[in-house]
Amino acid sequence: MKSIYLDNAATTPLDSRVLEKMQPYFSDVFGNPSSFHAAGLAAKKGVDAARKSIAALMNAHADELVFCSGGTESDNLAILGLVRTNKAKVKHVITSAIEHPAVLELLTHLQKAGEIELTILSVDKFGLVDVRELEKALRPETILVSIMYANNEIGTIEPIADMGRALLKWRKTHNTPFPYFHTDACQAAGVLDLDVEKLHVDLLTLNGSKIYGPKGVGLLFVRRGVEIEPIIYGGGQERGLRSGTENVPGIVGLAAALEIAQAEKEKENVRLTKLRDKLTAGLLKIKKTKLNGHATERLPNNVNISFLDVEGEAAVLYLDAQGIYCSTGSACASGSLDPSHVILAIGLPYEAAHGSLRFTLGHSTKPADIDYVLKVVPDVMAKLRHMSPVNLDMKYFK
Amino acid sequence: MPNDSQQDNCDIVSRSGDQGWFYSDTVKDYFFNPRNFMRDEEAYKDAAMGLVGSPACGDAMKVWIRVDPATEKITDCKWKTFGCGSAIASTSMLSVMVLENSGMTLKQARELKPQDILARLGGLPARKIHCSVLGDKALRAAINDWYRRQGKLEKVEEEHGRIIDSVAKVTDKDIEQAVLEGADTLEKVQAKTKVGTGDPSCLPEVEQLIRFYREKYLGSSPKVEV
Ligand code: FES
Repeated sequence: MKSIYLDNAATTPLDSRVLEKMQPYFSDVFGNPSSFHAAGLAAKKGVDAARKSIAALMNAHADELVFCSGGTESDNLAILGLVRTNKAKVKHVITSAIEHPAVLELLTHLQKAGEIELTILSVDKFGLVDVRELEKALRPETILVSIMYANNEIGTIEPIADMGRALLKWRKTHNTPFPYFHTDACQAAGVLDLDVEKLHVDLLTLNGSKIYGPKGVGLLFVRRGVEIEPIIYGGGQERGLRSGTENVPGIVGLAAALEIAQAEKEKENVRLTKLRDKLTAGLLKIKKTKLNGHATERLPNNVNISFLDVEGEAAVLYLDAQGIYCSTGSACASGSLDPSHVILAIGLPYEAAHGSLRFTLGHSTKPADIDYVLKVVPDVMAKLRHMSPVNLDMKYFK
Repeated sequence: MPNDSQQDNCDIVSRSGDQGWFYSDTVKDYFFNPRNFMRDEEAYKDAAMGLVGSPACGDAMKVWIRVDPATEKITDCKWKTFGCGSAIASTSMLSVMVLENSGMTLKQARELKPQDILARLGGLPARKIHCSVLGDKALRAAINDWYRRQGKLEKVEEEHGRIIDSVAKVTDKDIEQAVLEGADTLEKVQAKTKVGTGDPSCLPEVEQLIRFYREKYLGSSPKVEV
């Protein structure tokens, strides 16, 4: 049976070259980087080299990186760390309606707990945040703006650098260091530019599991001068910002993965974009379909399409049976029975979320795979539509 | 026990990638090889039909039946479902059950419970129980439609909820629905229905109802947050 993995936004396989770099750090170089003996020192060397290499890729200083357990922890550290350090009476935070739950759930929780005031910016029908809307939402009490670099569901790439510039301008005219600018770059790290100077961000989150690196490791970039407090206390590793013995193989693997991704991204992006556009065009030939997200301001590997009158979980299972692995924004497929907040945020009705399928391509995706998917999906949709009592009018979605 | 179905191999992961769940082989069979689904609606224009939607996840289901007026036995049953794998498998199984052994009588069909379908399917994940209730409701609606078409209005059974909280206008049906959607504690049911916010004196009864429906649909113990 074929197995075509088109869920690379969920997670990627580990690149064998990354594994090779990690291998010595499991049993040979196993020391605790905090130890003073040679074994500890060897491990520390591995971490230091990784830190340096990543810092160079991000145009950052080595002491601006905090390694942690992944994207969710990094988002939490950025937001909680900043909100809790700040002792102002009123703390205002701005974010967008399509953020990852690691940001959105945390911020709404803090809002409910009365710790912050929160503005959630809406997005346009392509999923883009409007820089002018951001400027309008700014207040003297705004301490943080958190907007993702690229969306995990619909692949829309946000104008982070433009927002960064707008925030710099605001700070200058108001003569304040605030608000700080955080971006979750987990989906972008493997394919987009990570230069923190060009992006004008103060905090940046990325992790290993979406860039063919190991799971369970991520980092937070914290610009020099930006004060945050830790959310995990203990032995004081990572300059006190993230206690706990370093995940040495993970950190080494994260650096290796990021090096490879950044070195190969131009070539790979061109290849993926071609495949993406072919898949998109082919799927849109099926009737009653709609592309979700932006046509061009979009991750090179993301295809997200709503198939009307079809329920996504059933479609995922039928495709799974044919060896095609993808995901859906359907309410039926979520634990809470809520449809995708991202699809709803781009102004589409509930029914469009229901029938949305996400295919995210990756290193392993070949042209023949796309041909196979384009052969299988129309039949699956025909079968499910045949079973469906729903027959919606496309006009409803315009 | 429906809850026991969460074992073995993981077949699908939710879109956030965090929670796996598992379908029994029977569920898969009835989902991938649906029985009796409606292929030609035109030809069934004269048949009795029931349509329901699920407020839990926004799904819809239609059931058509033909009945022998002499015996009141169901002779044909077709369906269409807009819903997940569990919903499709449940209606698929429902149609097989009502047609088995030369067909159920309408009385027997009305006695059919979601649990009976679940048992035949080998269980469903806890959060998918509401999908099986949908088919059952559509069948009841179709039976009512048949009686109406026959002019036997006295046989039509409308399901009216009993008012539990007269201020917030919450019925036992609302509470049943909330439990089916996974609210298994008083707090969660209140979050969904606002029951007791108007008239707190009903709360002991509400707790009793939650216990009753929880046992009926989810097994006795409150399930782990999914
Ligand atoms: S039909 Fe929506 S969860 Fe089953």
